[in-house]
Amino acid sequence: MNTENAVAAATQFDIDQIRQDFPILHQEVNCRPLIYLDNAATTQKPQSVIDALTHYYEKDNANIHRGIHTLAERATAAFEETRQAIHRFINSNEPEEIVFTKGTTDGINLVASTFGRMNVQEGDEIIISAMEHHSNIVPWQMLCEEKGALLKVIPVNDRGEIILEEYKKLLSDKTKLVSIVYVSNSLGTINPVEEIIDLAHEHGASVLIDGAQSTAYLDINVQALNCDFYVFSGHKIFGPTGVGVLYGKRRHLEKMPPYQGGGEMIKSVSFEKTTYNDIPYKFEAGTPNIADVVALKAAIEYINQLGKSAMQAHEESLLTYAHERLADVPGIRFIGTAERKMNVVSFVFDDIFHFDIGQMLDARGIAVRTGHHCTEPLMNRFGLEGTIRASFAIYNTKEEIDQLVEGLNRIVTMMRR
Amino acid sequence: MPQSITEVQDEIIEEFALLDGDPEMTNFYIMELGQKLPALDESQKVDENTVKGCQSKVWLIPAMEDSRMHFEADSNSAITKGLVSLLVRVFQDQTPSEIVDADLYFIDKIGMNRFIGTQRSNGFAAMIKQMKLFALVSKEQQAVTKSEEK
Repeated sequence: MNTENAVAAATQFDIDQIRQDFPILHQEVNCRPLIYLDNAATTQKPQSVIDALTHYYEKDNANIHRGIHTLAERATAAFEETRQAIHRFINSNEPEEIVFTKGTTDGINLVASTFGRMNVQEGDEIIISAMEHHSNIVPWQMLCEEKGALLKVIPVNDRGEIILEEYKKLLSDKTKLVSIVYVSNSLGTINPVEEIIDLAHEHGASVLIDGAQSTAYLDINVQALNCDFYVFSGHKIFGPTGVGVLYGKRRHLEKMPPYQGGGEMIKSVSFEKTTYNDIPYKFEAGTPNIADVVALKAAIEYINQLGKSAMQAHEESLLTYAHERLADVPGIRFIGTAERKMNVVSFVFDDIFHFDIGQMLDARGIAVRTGHHCTEPLMNRFGLEGTIRASFAIYNTKEEIDQLVEGLNRIVTMMRR
Repeated sequence: MPQSITEVQDEIIEEFALLDGDPEMTNFYIMELGQKLPALDESQKVDENTVKGCQSKVWLIPAMEDSRMHFEADSNSAITKGLVSLLVRVFQDQTPSEIVDADLYFIDKIGMNRFIGTQRSNGFAAMIKQMKLFALVSKEQQAVTKSEEK
């Protein structure tokens, strides 16, 4: 984004109004106003999402598809409207390429169990990076174990960036799949996924992008990215928990076997033979999480209404400010200083256990996350057990960052006495 | 004679009452208590002395002196060290039987679970379990020794 746009976007951004939209923010924790800086774990929900959930249960609740009565029609329409909204939100070629899941983890497991089992054979290779979340490591390990395939890991440099040269060396005609996080949940690094995808395709490998952290802020255009799969969670984009999205290219989804068997995913069932439903229903066995899918649309609308460019500008200004201010805290050491990063500041104090800092901040009403952030191999790469992670969202303010800095200054002073 | 387990617990309850439930002051106080506990030598910070089930590392070394238990402990977390120091203080120089039978009412009385959270509460419970287990083993050993003496 150019400076002019950024300024325009920032001025349009009414932070007071936005904070009003999130009821949970207006409470005290440990006798102080809540400062919620754990947005990489989950974001809070605007009133419109909460209202959509309530409205669904108060007015529209019915099981979807196949029902002839009015409520079933309304519930089905609302459910499918979210699919349409997501199709537009990430610019898939068609809505049928949008599969509802429980979340990012579920999406990755679905691809590993279906596409993976079908396409990865003994001696084949899967490539991930050293900064992956456990949910983008373990399903591939399980698949590799089952198939006798190999898991290859792209190393990261000291700034917490993927080393592309090493990636190029790992790619070969044995590579069947590359599965990479777009934005690191632990460090905030924005990975060059466009290049990663193109390089993989040159070797005939498919690519899954873990969009858990990227989807709320970055413009996601799965067709332009040309990724084969893109997964994300509702709860990290201001939507409900327990709902997520798997995007897959039609040609992949059609070839993939079903993930689970049951209702909804079939065309017809007899004891002799069952024929499966078309995509995306083939992958949506059983009664889905209707209410949360319906409310997810309200989250998408909320983001669309604010506009991603304005959101990004706000997030960028918070991140820059946080780095500047936090740098003055005595003994702080930033982990993850990538050139392109967003949303997350991870840091340690070499003389203070991260968990203690987290607990002391909580005593001041400040919510951060401490630990390995489900990225143990990455922590090992940096020789750490964990970090303290502050992660920001649209409703955070510079004043809150000031409070964080003030809290940290006080805590480290007291603890070093 | 050392103070009884009850006396030490009551003393702790009184001290914490002065903090008036302020979470920040309580945490600082717990850390101060931890600082008073002598650090273990690096050579003692080994796996076999680790209490399993804690987020942070906790090392606990029991000993028997004149039929009473003696504990040394350390942690890589200042707050955890404070927490384990409370237990050391309550159990220090008590007999194995007293430790095994001890009802640690001070934990609820000072409202500990409120300010240390679930994860730490689980770790704290693991420390208590470990200390009681040490005491139980010592108690059994004492019983065996006594029966052999007879």
